[in-house]
Amino acid sequence: MPALPPHLAMISLEFFLQQCLIGVTNGALIALVAMGYSMVYGIIGLINFAHGDLIMLGACLALSLVGASGLVDAGPTATWWGVVLLLLACGLFCGTLNMAVDRFIYKPLRNASKLAPLVSAIGVSFIFMNVGLFWLGPADRSFPELVPPTNLFSGDTLQFTYQDLLVVVVVVLLMVALSVLVRSTRLGRAMRAVSQDPTAAALVGVDVDRVIAATFFIGGALGGAASVIYSLYIKTIGFQMGFQNGLYAFTAAVLGGIGSIPGAVVGGLVIGLVRSLASAYVGERWTGAIVFAILIVILVFRPEGLLGRRTREKV
Amino acid sequence: MCYRFLSEVVRYCCSEGLSRSTCVVRKRILQRVTIHKPPRWELMCRVMILPIITVGLLAGCRPADPTRVKIVSSLPRTGSAKQQTDTIVRGIRMAIEEAQNKAGPFHIEYLDLDDSTAAAGQWTSEAEAANARRAMQDPDVCVYIGTFNSGAAKVSMPILNLGDLMMISPANTAVGLTKPGLGAPGEPEVYRPTGRMNYMRVVPADDLQGPLAADWAAKRGVKGVYILDDNEVYGKGVADLFDERCREIGIEVLGHDSIDSRAQEFKSLMASVKAAKPDLVYFGGTTQSKGGQLAKDMSSAGVEAMLMVPDGCREQVFIDSAGASNLEGRCFVTFGGLPPEKLTGKGLEFVERYKEKYGDVPEAYAVYGYEAACVAIEAIRRAGSKDRRAIADAALAIRDFKGALGNWGFDENGDTTMQTLTVSVVKNGRFEFEEILEADRKNNALEADADGGKSNQ
Repeated sequence: MPALPPHLAMISLEFFLQQCLIGVTNGALIALVAMGYSMVYGIIGLINFAHGDLIMLGACLALSLVGASGLVDAGPTATWWGVVLLLLACGLFCGTLNMAVDRFIYKPLRNASKLAPLVSAIGVSFIFMNVGLFWLGPADRSFPELVPPTNLFSGDTLQFTYQDLLVVVVVVLLMVALSVLVRSTRLGRAMRAVSQDPTAAALVGVDVDRVIAATFFIGGALGGAASVIYSLYIKTIGFQMGFQNGLYAFTAAVLGGIGSIPGAVVGGLVIGLVRSLASAYVGERWTGAIVFAILIVILVFRPEGLLGRRTREKV
Repeated sequence: MCYRFLSEVVRYCCSEGLSRSTCVVRKRILQRVTIHKPPRWELMCRVMILPIITVGLLAGCRPADPTRVKIVSSLPRTGSAKQQTDTIVRGIRMAIEEAQNKAGPFHIEYLDLDDSTAAAGQWTSEAEAANARRAMQDPDVCVYIGTFNSGAAKVSMPILNLGDLMMISPANTAVGLTKPGLGAPGEPEVYRPTGRMNYMRVVPADDLQGPLAADWAAKRGVKGVYILDDNEVYGKGVADLFDERCREIGIEVLGHDSIDSRAQEFKSLMASVKAAKPDLVYFGGTTQSKGGQLAKDMSSAGVEAMLMVPDGCREQVFIDSAGASNLEGRCFVTFGGLPPEKLTGKGLEFVERYKEKYGDVPEAYAVYGYEAACVAIEAIRRAGSKDRRAIADAALAIRDFKGALGNWGFDENGDTTMQTLTVSVVKNGRFEFEEILEADRKNNALEADADGGKSNQ
């Protein structure tokens, strides 16, 4: 195929597909973060502002682990296993941390007004950010390229690398696992019960505190997985990344209907696609404005979000 | 009078600040106030005037030490610019040490101020304004070395101008700060509320850097460029000048886009860049405005073009943040003046002493910090007094300075007469000198402009 002149290259089908691929990959990452928000909101109605910064701490741990283990110089097979181990380690770390925060900060405020845990979450976010500042230093840090950026498509027109594939695969696996957990396990049923009515759930013998702690652990573990994926995909981490991360993910959660897991995924994909297409066809500097304009329009016509339901069933 | 003024202010505040729950009270107060209240702007003025008078009185009261002068610097000392500013500050300290802490009859004291915050990770206008005010209010401060970022200079220049405090920058390159007609409308007069000059810089400005970079690209056989900038004073300024020159000499500009420097990745943007098939991508910006991330995403999107960046990225942190392999052999950086390893004479001596003292090669801007401090000391010596106006005038009158950068002087705008630019390339994870670009044509054009301006007056 002859090369198109530059102004026509923008309207070719390949270009559109390429932008969609980038949008879906970015969107998957946003969705993964958004699921963590949605889990916690679904069960106790708390917008966990510290979630983005929790991911930042997970990324700090990932960087330290990679540095300490010498994974950079290991062979390809060892690297893949290393990535799996990183996912597990960071998931465990973030899950435990999130559960500890719930135990020591949100739990004592369970019966306080809604604003008290919300403000505490903002406080936790600042504490995390300062821990990250000590851990990483004030400058952005480069994350080593563990997964090779080899193109999966032959030819030069479409670019979809192992790194992109990793994002999509991990997000899909986690989403399926989470749906199965919520729909068809004992814990999932307990979670749905607590989300609908904590008092009634307690009356029928559900240990509400334990279920909430488990939810925080799962939400945090998702955040830990997101931190590894983020580090491998974006390859730059900094102590401030939590805010921007949290902003888009929270937007995605609201867009899809906060409290709903499929909603978070749909919201993330929509935001990812809108961002990449806006960057391609309108201009990079307008992407933020366009994303939030669309959010406002959707919320005006569907205040409960794309997949949100008006009922009290949230998880 | 005073009582009435205060009570008015209190009432005004009450009427604005009370919550809805005390609505009735608020309404009553409002009814009363609306009868007596002067227009809002007048009140605002009064509120503003009070602290200014107080501060003025306090500053006037403090006795100055007749045997001591202070030199302050205001640079981003936290965040990723720290590595670069560390070496600038070392340069300043070395200059002061070599003068044995003396400038004429005065003992020099040096104060290293930070215009960045850890939370922002880079310079903030609040911190820069606070530094400028602090320097202004201390009668011992005679020279203000700064800033690193051109945007920060825009904040402190008008403040320092009111006190005629000499401000000398080791790193600002945005053209509008000094050069009439090249920057935004009203520049540079907006930075000089008194109409007098107090600002100068030892580094060549972007009217050299942008166009010469374009000329260099043309010489390398570049046919099409894609230009990106970070939408800041410095980055957008140099990118616009590059853009202009490209169009003049017939390089096709395939796209010009501003990035959001808070964004986390630029993968979609890089797909657009790739589709436009440029020979060279130019990024007007700094390491702090995501230069490294751009290079990374460029590489992972499979863009094979050369990458060119201005001096804001000429620091080791840029290579570290981008990943050396993404820049290897294809990233070119322009820099006003000579890189440390190419300096001769006094400059070479400086680099040798620096290595000896700190056991490390200085970053590119270290020698500019050194030179700025030398000029400052020289100006204080020539003025022979602590009169700020006299010191600024003495500095601006320097026409022939034999320093570490060679022989140079200030022109009528407070710019250096030095017209050398160098291009370096990233090799083996470090910047390596590539070639010197001399600005003969540009130099002549500038002189012609200056002459034209004079004859018009």
